[in-house]
Amino acid sequence: MSTSLEKVSIIVSKGSLEGIYPALIMANGARAEGIEVNLFFTFFGLDAITRKRLGHIKVASVGNPGLHLPTLVGALPGMPALITRFLGRKMDKLDIPPIPEFIEMIADTGAGLYGCQASCDLFGLTQDDLADQVKDIITVGEFYALAAGGEIIFT
Amino acid sequence: MPTATYAGHSVAVNDEGFLADPAQWTEEMAPEIARSAGVDELTPLHWLVIRFMRAEYQAKGTGPTVRVLGKTSGVSIKDLYQLFPHGPAKTAAMIAGVPKPRGCI
Repeated sequence: MSTSLEKVSIIVSKGSLEGIYPALIMANGARAEGIEVNLFFTFFGLDAITRKRLGHIKVASVGNPGLHLPTLVGALPGMPALITRFLGRKMDKLDIPPIPEFIEMIADTGAGLYGCQASCDLFGLTQDDLADQVKDIITVGEFYALAAGGEIIFT
Repeated sequence: MPTATYAGHSVAVNDEGFLADPAQWTEEMAPEIARSAGVDELTPLHWLVIRFMRAEYQAKGTGPTVRVLGKTSGVSIKDLYQLFPHGPAKTAAMIAGVPKPRGCI
């Protein structure tokens, strides 16, 4: 191999199921290749590591053309939960873990999980509100210091 | 195709260093492949994972991913990464002389 990736830092900015999973899958896959990984959860992406939210992440059923549903159908009460359950069953068959288990597994691979300071201030969150696996709440500057020398992926 | 010499035998390997033919592998080659993959010493726990990887490959035609290893080998994901810091499934497969496991999870 002439060139190889040594480190990736992934910014998770969305709180929907389809916003969070790709970042987690890419983080886990990078660790499996021996690549160093940092995950930086910002804005609604913080839901993925917020204790009371991470077990209740839903698919965005409105404004999501990928679902191929009429907007008004997507807006019906209970629709996000229904679509999330449907996808969840399919993911379970493929052995894709639910988000709480996935967060734990990614921390076990040695990846670093961090909350964004500005977003935590905005939503009134402290370290106690975040999952045990979260190493720290850090500033943007500290994130760039961690990411230095590697690639940055924004999701 | 490049070749490598392990335990005195010349074997064909692919660009990433995986043995081209798993049938050419012998246990004597493992410590030397391990050193080339960044694992200096093979402990009994390393061997457990390596033998598990090889047995699964022989039974199913493909080696397990890290998640599957964590669920079925008896070694936790945390410990797997301590044993094989450069990627447990990938490194264990290389040392076991079988192709790199494919899978995104």
